[in-house]
Parts: sequence; C-alpha cells; structure tokens
Amino acid sequence: MTAGQFIFYTMAFIMVAFSVFTIFSRNILRSAFYLFCVLVTTSFLYFMLGYEFMAGVQLILYVGGIVVLIVFSILLTSHIGHKFPWPSKRKLMAGVTVSLAGFLLAVKVLCCYPFPVVHEKVKLPGMKEIGRQLLDLDTRHSGYALPFEIIGILLLAAMVGAIMIAKKEK
Amino acid sequence: MIQEIPITHVLVLSSFLFFCGICGFIIRRNLITLLMAVELILNAVSINFVVFNKYLFPHQMEGLFFALFVIGIAAAEAAVAIALIINVYRRLGSIQVEDVAEMKY
Repeated sequence: MTAGQFIFYTMAFIMVAFSVFTIFSRNILRSAFYLFCVLVTTSFLYFMLGYEFMAGVQLILYVGGIVVLIVFSILLTSHIGHKFPWPSKRKLMAGVTVSLAGFLLAVKVLCCYPFPVVHEKVKLPGMKEIGRQLLDLDTRHSGYALPFEIIGILLLAAMVGAIMIAKKEK
Repeated sequence: MIQEIPITHVLVLSSFLFFCGICGFIIRRNLITLLMAVELILNAVSINFVVFNKYLFPHQMEGLFFALFVIGIAAAEAAVAIALIINVYRRLGSIQVEDVAEMKY
C-alpha cells in the first residue's frame, strides 16, 4: 500500500465515521462539529485530486460559511446541554432500511459498470484556466457565463430574502 | 497520487455519504439537523461531480463548474432555511418538526 492509498483510505474511514456520527449524535452542537469534520475531510479529498481551487472554495464556503451559520442558529434556538430522545424504533428501522437498500443497489451498479478511466497525466488547471473556461464565450465550448450570472442573482435574492424573513418586526 | 485509487472506491464513499444524509433526513425531527442532512447529501453530490471530472474527462472542467454551482446553491439554501428556522422559533418557540403544523402567517 502506498502513501497515497493510505491517506485516502484513512480519509474515507474518517468521513464514513463522522457522517454516521452526524446523523446519530444526540447533542446538536456535537452533530454540527461532526458535519464540520466531514466537510474539511472532503476538501482534503479535493486537494488530493489536484483541484486546489475547489478545495479552497469548499473550505471557505462550506466550512467557513455554512457551518458557522448552522452553529449560530443552533446557539440562537437550542439549549446546549439538551440531549435529543432516541428516534422511535419504527422510524429508525424505516430510515436505516431505506438507506441501506439504496446504498447496496448503488454499490452493485457501481461495481458492475466499466468506467472508461483516462490514465494519462494531465496538467492541473490553474486559476486563470478555470476562469477562462467558465466565462468563455467565443470558442468551441461556449462556457457558463449565463449560469454564473443566474447564480449571482439567486444568491443576491436569497440574501435579501433571508434578511427580510429573519429581521424583527416593528 | 490519486491514480492508485480505483474510481469505484471513491464513488462508493460518496454514495455512502449520500445515503447517510437520506437516513438522517428520515430519522431526525429537528429542523436544523434536517438541514445538516441536506448538506451531507449536497456534499456527496459535489464529490461525485469532481471525481467524474478527474477520472473520466481530465481535459475538461465541466464537473468542476457544476460542483461550484452546487456549492453556491447550497449556500443560498442554507441562508434562507436558517432565516426561516429563526422566524419559526420566534413565533412558535420550538424547532421540532411536529410543532410546526400551521402554515398561517
């Protein structure tokens, strides 16, 4: 086993363990911390794949933005020491059965399908290349300028809406 | 470095994360933990996009762009959902799913 494989399987183990803890932890703040660990490990996975920009976005937006937002809302709405009761047996059975069945089906399909993996070495894309391909308008692949703008407007609308919903009424 | 790892293993990992999120969505009854389960699902999906891009089409960057869009949408969704949760808490005093039974303004 090489170093890369060792790192990958360690990360995979951490991700699996912490995602299970996220779901089953009875303390909500601890659950948010486990989610944080899963997201940070995902950004390490992006680093291993060679997409540094993606890893940075994951760290800044998911870990720095969304998890902090979730922790804030937990502090505003929940008691820290409060422990949830266990979910009812019926619900637990239903959830575990559905997700286990889906997971086994997905694994079966993934193991049967021959993915046409490209093995040659490719130069990793830099920041400039990513920006050029994302907003490219004139060459053969037409770029993603319109979805980019739409995402910008969506984010603006979501932020204005969030402020309007959450502000105190007079 | 990543070439030593078969693509199937990474995809099995991301599908485990996905179904973990689905399980959490079914069994939890707190609005914030439901939001966390949704974040797990979206994270698994963006791992899938990036991995397909890296292994199958390394000369293009479409998967990277779609993962970026998924992360942007997740941020917008989390902001709106948390504003709604705070408003629900202010009106009803609880964020359990069973207590939010009226849609009246």
